[in-house]
Amino acid sequence: MSVLVLAEHNNQSLKEATKKAVTAALKISSPAHLVVIGNNCDSAANDAATLEGVEKVLHVEDAAYENMLCEPTADLLFELMKSYDYLVSAATTNGKNILPRVAAKLDVSQISEIISVIDNKTFQRPIYAGNAIATVESSTEKNVITVRTTAFETAQVGSSSATIEKIDAGNNPGLSEFIEEKVSSSERPELTSAGIIVSGGRGMQSGDNFKMLESVADKLGAAVGASRAAVDAGFVPNEYQVGQTGKVVAPELYIAVGISGAIQHLAGMKDSKVIVAINKDDEAPIFEVADYGLVADLFDAVPELDKELEKIQK
Amino acid sequence: MKILVPVKRVVDYNVKIRVDKETNTVDLNNIKMSINPFDEIAVEEAIRIKEKGQCDEIVVVSLGPDQSKETIRNALAMGADRGIHVKTDHSPEPLLVAKILAKEDYDLIILGKQSIDDDCNQTGQMLSALLNRSLGTYASKVEIENDTIIVTREIDGGLQTIKLKKPAVLTTDLRLNEPRYASLPNIMKAKQKTIDELDPSDLGIDMTPKVRTKKVEEPPKRVGGGKVESIEELVDKLKNVSGVI
Repeated sequence: MSVLVLAEHNNQSLKEATKKAVTAALKISSPAHLVVIGNNCDSAANDAATLEGVEKVLHVEDAAYENMLCEPTADLLFELMKSYDYLVSAATTNGKNILPRVAAKLDVSQISEIISVIDNKTFQRPIYAGNAIATVESSTEKNVITVRTTAFETAQVGSSSATIEKIDAGNNPGLSEFIEEKVSSSERPELTSAGIIVSGGRGMQSGDNFKMLESVADKLGAAVGASRAAVDAGFVPNEYQVGQTGKVVAPELYIAVGISGAIQHLAGMKDSKVIVAINKDDEAPIFEVADYGLVADLFDAVPELDKELEKIQK
Repeated sequence: MKILVPVKRVVDYNVKIRVDKETNTVDLNNIKMSINPFDEIAVEEAIRIKEKGQCDEIVVVSLGPDQSKETIRNALAMGADRGIHVKTDHSPEPLLVAKILAKEDYDLIILGKQSIDDDCNQTGQMLSALLNRSLGTYASKVEIENDTIIVTREIDGGLQTIKLKKPAVLTTDLRLNEPRYASLPNIMKAKQKTIDELDPSDLGIDMTPKVRTKKVEEPPKRVGGGKVESIEELVDKLKNVSGVI
């Protein structure tokens, strides 16, 4: 039973999230094919062909696919799914936007954000923001699945290259038009793929104070995140948000600064390997999940941490 | 213009749910239920559109047991015009919800991006497919101009703005608006507003689920609670015990 994986890319290279979705796809069934849809995305298709376990790359080019608009992309995937049993994508905003539209056209349900594959019809997925884990079983022949990327390893580069097959573009139903995209450009790694994350909460008191966290983050090669409280207070933009309603992350090290640990924040970071909490309230719930809790005023502790890290660097 | 806003009754977002180990289900006895927060944002957005004079009627629909009517009343008290209650014993999977919602014609349908119980994040997208309409998910800004809708969407790295042809399906993200509280006079007025009842079997839709939940378990507990006394000790532990820096 063949699997088609929707690739997410920036026209140059594949996103890390897709490499994790490939790992999940291969656990479900094989062979796995990757479909790279975009405009001038040759390099991304070549990148996709290097992955271990990917047998074939379908490469579709058209101006209509430049920005992954939902309607034309879903129509194309629906056509391609005539030859596949599974459609898999990372649960990125694009994956979450496009896949249910394909599922409805196929008259099947979607299984969202799986965290493990029991067999090719049975999966585990978090519900209630990760406060419960459901085991679900599909009864349909075709299946559409999104993957919570923090639960799967990155697929590695294989010894041989997959064949790349060019596919014709589908029709564009012309229901929507791209206007613009404002993506914050940062030297720091993306939250969802960072090995270390330094996050701030309401305790940071202002957006300006996040500079302290940025300085620490830069010494660690870390991404900067925030709790919903910090986003709602206007300290930082929403793309920083870690939690149930923001991004779900699971880095090697998560440093929570001035974050009390509301359920909805914990839902987004509790699978991190090591959690550090710095908070002056020793009753803060964040300490219950922290491996290393430091009860201290963050305005003393963070500059001190910054200095200690500087020492290590030297 | 007519706007449809589907709303779901879910466990209140402040409640920490408990898994019943005997039945392998989430224990829903005696816990506070509320309108799904993203759906509340959808109701608010519809009301704001109406207040701008761009909408004639807001219809709120909810699927579920009798208590779902409370959720509909809640939306009516905020300012929606009438309700439809589709009576089901439990909450059907998103594809079936989308099939029921696709039965009636609206110029604009605004849904929450996901419900905070099953976290599926599918219904709006599926509905747009069944109706073959344009789709704007994760909206943080909506502007209606004659036959088009300009939608700013929350995407992974920032914001994307797209232009949709009407009729359209939108789903709300957290920052689209801040929902109003219903005033006491409006709560009283809402009691007079109509809620029609529908049975899914009248709609001729096969309600057989395509996905079955076999069991629900508690996630593995994280063992935390470790403390350090100083930054120096913290850095030492991270470097020499955990090996993460």
